[in-house]
Amino acid sequence: MSSVAAELAPTPTRRLRFAGVEYEVLPTETVLDALLRHGLDVPYSCRKGVCQSCMMRATDGAVPAMAQHGLKDTLRDHGCFLSCLCRPKDDLDLVAPDDELAFVRATVARVERMSPAVARVRLTPAEPFEYHAGQFVSLRRSDGLIRSYSLASVPRLDDHLEIHVKRLSCGEMSSWVFDRLQPGETVDLAGPNGTGYYLPGRPDQPLLLIGNGTGLAPLIGIAHDALAEGHSGPIDLYHGTRHGEGLYLHRDLTELAERHDNFRYHPCLSGPARMKGCRPGRAEEMAFADHAALDGHRVFLCGYPPMVEAAKKAAYLAGARLDDIHADPFELRELRRVPRD
Amino acid sequence: MSGSLYERIGGEPAVDAAVDLFYRKVLSDPSISHFFDTTDMDAQRNKQKAFLTMVFGGPNAYDGKDLRAAHAGLVSRGLNETHFGAVAGHLQATLQELGVAEDLTAEVMGIAASTQDDVLNR
Ligand SMILES: Cc1cc2nc3c(=O)[nH]c(=O)nc-3n(C[C@H](O)[C@H](O)[C@H](O)COP(=O)(O)OP(=O)(O)OC[C@H]3O[C@@H](n4cnc5c(N)ncnc54)[C@H](O)[C@@H]3O)c2cc1C
Ligand code: HEM
Repeated sequence: MSSVAAELAPTPTRRLRFAGVEYEVLPTETVLDALLRHGLDVPYSCRKGVCQSCMMRATDGAVPAMAQHGLKDTLRDHGCFLSCLCRPKDDLDLVAPDDELAFVRATVARVERMSPAVARVRLTPAEPFEYHAGQFVSLRRSDGLIRSYSLASVPRLDDHLEIHVKRLSCGEMSSWVFDRLQPGETVDLAGPNGTGYYLPGRPDQPLLLIGNGTGLAPLIGIAHDALAEGHSGPIDLYHGTRHGEGLYLHRDLTELAERHDNFRYHPCLSGPARMKGCRPGRAEEMAFADHAALDGHRVFLCGYPPMVEAAKKAAYLAGARLDDIHADPFELRELRRVPRD
Repeated sequence: MSGSLYERIGGEPAVDAAVDLFYRKVLSDPSISHFFDTTDMDAQRNKQKAFLTMVFGGPNAYDGKDLRAAHAGLVSRGLNETHFGAVAGHLQATLQELGVAEDLTAEVMGIAASTQDDVLNR
């Protein structure tokens, strides 16, 4: 049988041991499904293997390789895995990932409102935190709630870690960050995760950056990083929002474009309002209208998942190599009990 | 010439060169793209790599039964000879674009044709 077929084959019922109690995992279930079905309040968000909120550690029993997809080697070596991807082949003994292994304490240095719905949060980690601009961290509140946020800062340019949080009206983490979080408070960070960052070595490669909403955060980090590395090829950044107030870094990006000949900023408004200097329409549509052939380009796509998926396909069909397309869909929490797909 | 078809055609680098060309053609063809349209494009491309390795005569883990299983769901969604012919056409066009010699192309197309019954679950 092919390895793909083997991974997808139904597994017999397995047992999990977690916090001294045994739970059954049905053949159709992931570890996360089983724990939720038994009423446990374990952290999770996207249930698609993207956000990494649901990470656990197996102290006994082997986890399938695909359940460790995207994790750092140190975490894999310790048996950490994503419970939403894990259909166990063995019985497993589980623990929550150890704090010292996975989390770093960080102090809030500053919280600023950049628009009526977007806050910029600067964080100071208690220990050195290695990352690339454009990766993301999992931010954990003291009550255990975890969500992922992308890094807009650049290690050699910025003293703090910077994230941009868009307030959702009923969103637990985002409205807490936006309405309540104060300088001096602490949170825990895991990560960094993700492979969407600037790679030096091809300074003349054209870069196409497309994001909507706070999908701008990783993109501005990548743009700053590339420019600081002396990138000489064109860098085109398309930022899309519905309303003008959503273009929350309009002034900074306009200035950046004035300072660097190879950096261009394309603000796009998909709503009815028009603003001077802004393109009418969706960011990805404008980007692909301007760049019909993407051979040799490196493409970064961040934000609203349907935009990211559609743009990934469009970029590929326009000639970009899949290895050169980095897609970070900002998956929200999956609320359905049984996720689609 | 000596060596297996896979070696003569250029081995894994040849598969890597062909896979993007081939997958792009398939995704751009409205008569078959719906079979390949998935949110996990990376996984789908790896399957196209498995397909190309197989028809290039390379080392692969598939037998007729696996091919049947891999396409059974597609057959129940209507996969038929016409679709098979379209895929074969894109394969041939890919080989031509890469400048693969005619005799090698003929061998590849022969292997592809030999799988038709298994792919269509006949
Ligand atoms: C890799 C990755 C990177 C991310 N980076 C960022 C980032 O840089 N910045 C950022 O702001 N977010 C980012 N996100 C999203 C972020 O992780 C959270 O999902 C988001 O902040 C919402 O969390 P919450 O706890 O506030 O909402 P939850 O309490 O989790 O509520 C979200 C759920 O409620 C629904 N919902 C509630 N209110 C609304 C509303 N007003 N509009 C639409 N749906 C609503 C949604 O359908 C969703 O199912 C990222 C996600 C991923 C996976
Ligand atoms: C020419 C003969 C063909 C061969 C030798 C072949 C071979 C393969 C192989 C080896 C795989 C990977 C299976 C796996 O690892 O899961 C695969 C998958 C696939 N094939 Fe084919 N194939 C052929 C024809 C076709 C045709 C005609 C179509 C549709 C028009 C098609 C559609 C697919 C799809 C959609 C998948 C992925 C299925 C999934 O996502 O699980 N194939 N094929």
